[in-house]
Amino acid sequence: MANDHILRRFDEELERLNATINEMGGLTESQFARALAAVRERDTGTAEEVIADDARVDALDAAVQEQTVKLLALRQPMAVDLRVVLSSIKIAAALERIADYAKNTAKRSIVLAQGTAPASAVAGIDRLGRLVRSALKDVLDAFADDDVAKARDVWNRDEEIDQVYTGLFRELLTYMMEDPRTITACTHLLFMAKNIERAGDHVTNIAELVNFRSTGKNFAEARPKGSGALYTADGAS
Amino acid sequence: MNIASSSQAPVVGTPVATHAGVSTVGLSEKVSIRNLEFFYGDARALKNINLSLYANKTTAFIGPSGCGKSTLLRILNRMYDLYPGQRATGEVMFDGENLLDAGMDINLLRARIGMVFQKPTPFPMSIYENIAFGIRLYERLPRAEVDARVEQALRRAALWDEVKDKLGASGLGLSGGQQQRLCIARTVAVKPEVILFDEPCSALDPISTAKIEELIDELKQDYTIVIVTHNMQQAARVSDFTAFMYLGELIEFGVTEKIFTAPDDKRTQAYITGRFG
Repeated sequence: MANDHILRRFDEELERLNATINEMGGLTESQFARALAAVRERDTGTAEEVIADDARVDALDAAVQEQTVKLLALRQPMAVDLRVVLSSIKIAAALERIADYAKNTAKRSIVLAQGTAPASAVAGIDRLGRLVRSALKDVLDAFADDDVAKARDVWNRDEEIDQVYTGLFRELLTYMMEDPRTITACTHLLFMAKNIERAGDHVTNIAELVNFRSTGKNFAEARPKGSGALYTADGAS
Repeated sequence: MNIASSSQAPVVGTPVATHAGVSTVGLSEKVSIRNLEFFYGDARALKNINLSLYANKTTAFIGPSGCGKSTLLRILNRMYDLYPGQRATGEVMFDGENLLDAGMDINLLRARIGMVFQKPTPFPMSIYENIAFGIRLYERLPRAEVDARVEQALRRAALWDEVKDKLGASGLGLSGGQQQRLCIARTVAVKPEVILFDEPCSALDPISTAKIEELIDELKQDYTIVIVTHNMQQAARVSDFTAFMYLGELIEFGVTEKIFTAPDDKRTQAYITGRFG
């Protein structure tokens, strides 16, 4: 950010923190993409890898905590530096949650691969997942480039993600009502959809943090929200 | 009313600051600095300073060496009068009077606007006399009342418990932190309205520094406080308002919290984050 500190070590530590977040972001994105592939292609091998690699994300989260505590204690960061440190803690926490959702989705994909899930519902999960994955990729780019406009764009896209999730929710209810034998598979798909939608919320939070880090402000308007008609089965005839 | 220069007609003594949206409700201006310029001979050390000091608030002046913050502080009790070739133009309104006016009673002014210096400067006399001396300079009081005032001042400066059994001992025998609190007691004893602190902790250890900071926090209930400090964390800890100065100009003035979390000006940010100075 801007020009250099008089104290070069301080710059190095901030750069290291950014690098750790970038690495964590890249890994989380890969975890998320591979979890989606595991669902789409009924690939239990990939799912197992995703589950195992979650520990690497957790380790990076721990590294971020350690680095931020050290920066706070030893450097007493102010203004933009303080915001960098605070947003890094929260962004790491959000990435860690997203990776957890990816892991959970991977676990469910293993169960799903053993049964028969409605193909179009699986395709719906993939569609929702792609939206969130693309938002995740963009918000990580916005973080790396300190691009507030891009972060705002990601932030606005949460509405679309919510809409697709709502549609998918209804679709899955319909399958279950029509054919109770799909209930096991559809329940797993429902949880996956919820996981992916929650991951999308964390992406939105990261977008807000990228903006806060850069400007010290929050996005002005209220966050876009989906419709409240989600939790009823009406219309899912 | 906002601190920011608004589009509304200026109220008398409109506070001048750079931050929008900060409420000045409940604040009263103690000192109002308008179009102030200061010269060391031909060199202009302060350029068109506009700033309000609010009653019962602590205002910190920060900025790199040579930015004019100490100069500004020294104008507030006409310390520059001691040196030839130094002059100030503009206005520094203090209770309806321009304290730059030639007719100002400077001794009285310095009682009303007291100052605590960087290095503790106790007089080479007893602890008691260090404080009683100033009181007697301005008032004629019976001995018992002077005693009471001395005790009150020492209590106010959080020094009483440490010195009450040795009031006759030399002030120079105290530790640095105690000496500084003695100087604060000396300042408080003459019942000032404004207290100026010029780097009050730069010669003190962290414990003494913490005591002085705690003291500043208590003193602002009764006084208006201005502090010049190179220690940014200290400015952040003790002040309500912060003025950042650079090369003789006031760059940014506003609520301390905002200055230290999200300053508006790039130069303020660069300075407080340790990128120049």
